[in-house]
Amino acid sequence: MRDIATLDIWITIACLGAGSFGLRFLFLGLIGDRALPAWVLRHLRYTAVAVLPGLVAPMVVWPSATGGALDLPRITAACVTILVGLITRNVVAAIIAGAGALYGMLYLLG
Amino acid sequence: MTPQTTKSTYWQGVGAGAPFILVLVPFALLFGVVATEAGLTVIETFSFSILVVAGAAQFTAIQLLSEHAPTIIVIVTALAVNLRMAMYSASLTPHLGKAPLGTRALVAYCMVDQAYASAILAYEKHPGWSVRQKTAFYFGAITPLMPLWLIFTVIGALVGGRIPPEFALDFAVPITFLAMIAPMLRSLAHVAAALVSIAVALALAFVPYSMGLMVAGLAGMMAGAQVELMMARKESAP
Repeated sequence: MRDIATLDIWITIACLGAGSFGLRFLFLGLIGDRALPAWVLRHLRYTAVAVLPGLVAPMVVWPSATGGALDLPRITAACVTILVGLITRNVVAAIIAGAGALYGMLYLLG
Repeated sequence: MTPQTTKSTYWQGVGAGAPFILVLVPFALLFGVVATEAGLTVIETFSFSILVVAGAAQFTAIQLLSEHAPTIIVIVTALAVNLRMAMYSASLTPHLGKAPLGTRALVAYCMVDQAYASAILAYEKHPGWSVRQKTAFYFGAITPLMPLWLIFTVIGALVGGRIPPEFALDFAVPITFLAMIAPMLRSLAHVAAALVSIAVALALAFVPYSMGLMVAGLAGMMAGAQVELMMARKESAP
């Protein structure tokens, strides 16, 4: 029943573990307390808002659970999450609202 | 202003990290479920969570492993998803770079989206904090998260495929990320960065191995930086 090779799994875990630590340690460990130039800092300020939306956008537009078809409950849930997050500036409120919208729409349409 | 002790910033960190429990628990459960459904044992699933400590990258790896992608492709793609950690690392460096090497290594090991987001928000709000107070806050934010991440990965792996698809757990991941992004959109520059990132990511979705996401991230950062410069010029103009 299992069709992934055990060795492949462990190689993946070991390399991903080491690689992820390397990425996380890269600047903190190597640069330490040397100052970074202003233009670098200016770009770094936008790291999170530049990476996370790009990571999520395809999951929202082409959800894997529906085989990549645009899905009304999921789109609605995404919009509600963003809207509530913008209004309340509260992560948990946004998650609860988004989950509520998703389940509500799935119930209404299912 | 009363000076804040290291202990009090630790507890502020705990307070900032605690709400993410609501996010992290379903995320960890989901990873446990997805991994065992792909055929991984409980030990393998647990090792993933304790050694890699990165939800999105772990999901990516499991997905590709079950598609029988070559191991090197699995590793490179999942690391690409984690590339943002290098950027987080760089952005924490001005704040925590003076901490002892061992502490910095531990900060690096524990670096997850939620800890980074809470920490950078607090550091911008309290520029007067010492390095010790800043690291105390960081580890405070991690305290409620890391143990639960591991425990609920294992519970998810044990529960396995018993959660019916009607629960739509697949969408726990996007909702979580969107909820984290919205409060970060503090200025026009932040909004520009997010919109450019979305546009480029969708346009380059056909590019294999998440390479499109890397381009989208860089484009978003450049957009944010440029808009910030433009706004600053506008303000300084008579």
